Amino acid sequence: MLDVQAIRKDFPILHQSVHGKPLVYLDNAATTQKPRQVIQALVDYYEGYNSNVHRAVHTLGQKATAAYEESREKIANFIGAPSSQDIVYTRGTTEAINLVSYTWAEENIGPGDEIVVTEMEHHSNLVPWQRIAQAKGATLKGIPLKEDWTLDMSTLGSVITERTKLVAVTHMSNVLGTIVPVKEIVQAARRVGAKVLIDGAQAVPHMRVNVADLDCDFYAFSGHKMCGPTGIGALYVKEEVLKEMEPFHRGGEMVREVWFDRATWNDLPMRFEAGTPNIADAIALGAAVDYLQTLGMDNIRQHEIEITSYAIEAFKELEEDLDHYGPRDLQYRGGIISFYAEDVHPHDLGTFVDSYGVAIRTGHHCAMPLMRQMGLPATARASFYVYNTTEEIDILVDALKKALRYFSK
Amino acid sequence: MTELNELDDLYQEIILDHYRHPRNQQAVEAPDMQAHALNPFCGDEVDLQARMEDGRICEVCFKGRGCSISQASASIMTELLKGKTPEEALELYSVFRRLMFGEDISEEELDGMGELGALAGVRKFPVRIKCALLGWNSLDDAIGEYAKANG
Repeated sequence: MLDVQAIRKDFPILHQSVHGKPLVYLDNAATTQKPRQVIQALVDYYEGYNSNVHRAVHTLGQKATAAYEESREKIANFIGAPSSQDIVYTRGTTEAINLVSYTWAEENIGPGDEIVVTEMEHHSNLVPWQRIAQAKGATLKGIPLKEDWTLDMSTLGSVITERTKLVAVTHMSNVLGTIVPVKEIVQAARRVGAKVLIDGAQAVPHMRVNVADLDCDFYAFSGHKMCGPTGIGALYVKEEVLKEMEPFHRGGEMVREVWFDRATWNDLPMRFEAGTPNIADAIALGAAVDYLQTLGMDNIRQHEIEITSYAIEAFKELEEDLDHYGPRDLQYRGGIISFYAEDVHPHDLGTFVDSYGVAIRTGHHCAMPLMRQMGLPATARASFYVYNTTEEIDILVDALKKALRYFSK
Repeated sequence: MTELNELDDLYQEIILDHYRHPRNQQAVEAPDMQAHALNPFCGDEVDLQARMEDGRICEVCFKGRGCSISQASASIMTELLKGKTPEEALELYSVFRRLMFGEDISEEELDGMGELGALAGVRKFPVRIKCALLGWNSLDDAIGEYAKANG
């Protein structure tokens, strides 16, 4: 059992009032708050050893390089990557997926090929593939959802075919919280020789992930959704795939030797990190990994199952006026609850509960095709993390009750 | 309870009434101007149609979906447009924008805005200003297209 009150003390931002009420932060699927250990790592770097990485012979440069590379080791270890060489730093999940689309996909997808996604992708794992499909004459296909908001795995055999070159799927839906059985999808893709990319933005922060066990080719995630800073994330690529990929950006750092008219490429993974990287945030992401590992990913997952279960139970009080979406079996669901009230538009709900100090997200959550399929213009979404409490769920439900009453008067 | 006062300012009864019972929903036959406005951040939409007679807007209709602010503002707008020339309509839009962005409005201008004045509470919620302006964006587009087509 986690001591949530002790954990909350690590997060300075949580101890403030919003509109005169204690802040109840329930927008963790958008970004999580940062513990002081992570903030301190940024301060330590800028105050103590700010310096450019690699190539420097001076002391600060060596210290910065060591911390930057040590962080890469931590990230590799955290997601079960065989080697830190398989980890490319990116700005986040979106850049990681774009990196794959502009490099591997450009080289390997052609006319008549198929790219398979799910019907609940975030735009960041859909729009890059639309570009590739249009540019290459390939087809984009979606694994459908069932009525219980889980993927219809019975369709895998028909959706993933001999023509499929890439299967790019979310590990956890940012709208529904649905956890996708990605290992089964990898196995289906392997049978036809397709590569698999997993969008792990919502999974890595909340549960144990092991890319070697999943046997995927690409795994993308963001630092800021896992207690780390914004502007840093990572892409895992299986070594045999990464070493065949052309560089993404070109410039300094990613080269071995440069002549006036040509250049050769640096070792992995630096070949994919042109220019001065985001050193401070990469180091702080390592601190975030340390923080989460100290708490234990299984403990975090267990806490979120408990909070989500409590929330689903509490939402029963609202069921006459408000629907919520997502799998009811919490083994297949993360800490996300999307909801919609016929009589109160999500934005009005969001503004109303904000006046009670409660931060939720409203809108299409960068998943417009899914919204269309749900038949909704938008939803409101509460998403939980390790520092949220059942008392906060009570405050949310109470504020929602007041909102529903207010707008029905 | 300042929060509830601010909420009451935002969600005045006039606004909730227009949200629940939007006016001018009947499609305009053979419209002279029309436009669609979408807020890509939230998915709120307004479709506007209008028919002209003797240089004035004589019939207006809007269809939309979205939050109470965007839909009430569009509904109130359609009521105010009838009988106005496109220039007068754009002038009203300009006054309403000034109201939304917290600029001074004269008594006379406030009178001319009618029920639109009820949206003044939106100013305290900056993220919601774009909701209040959505229908007006469609009007701006519709008049722009109309002016282009009719010299």
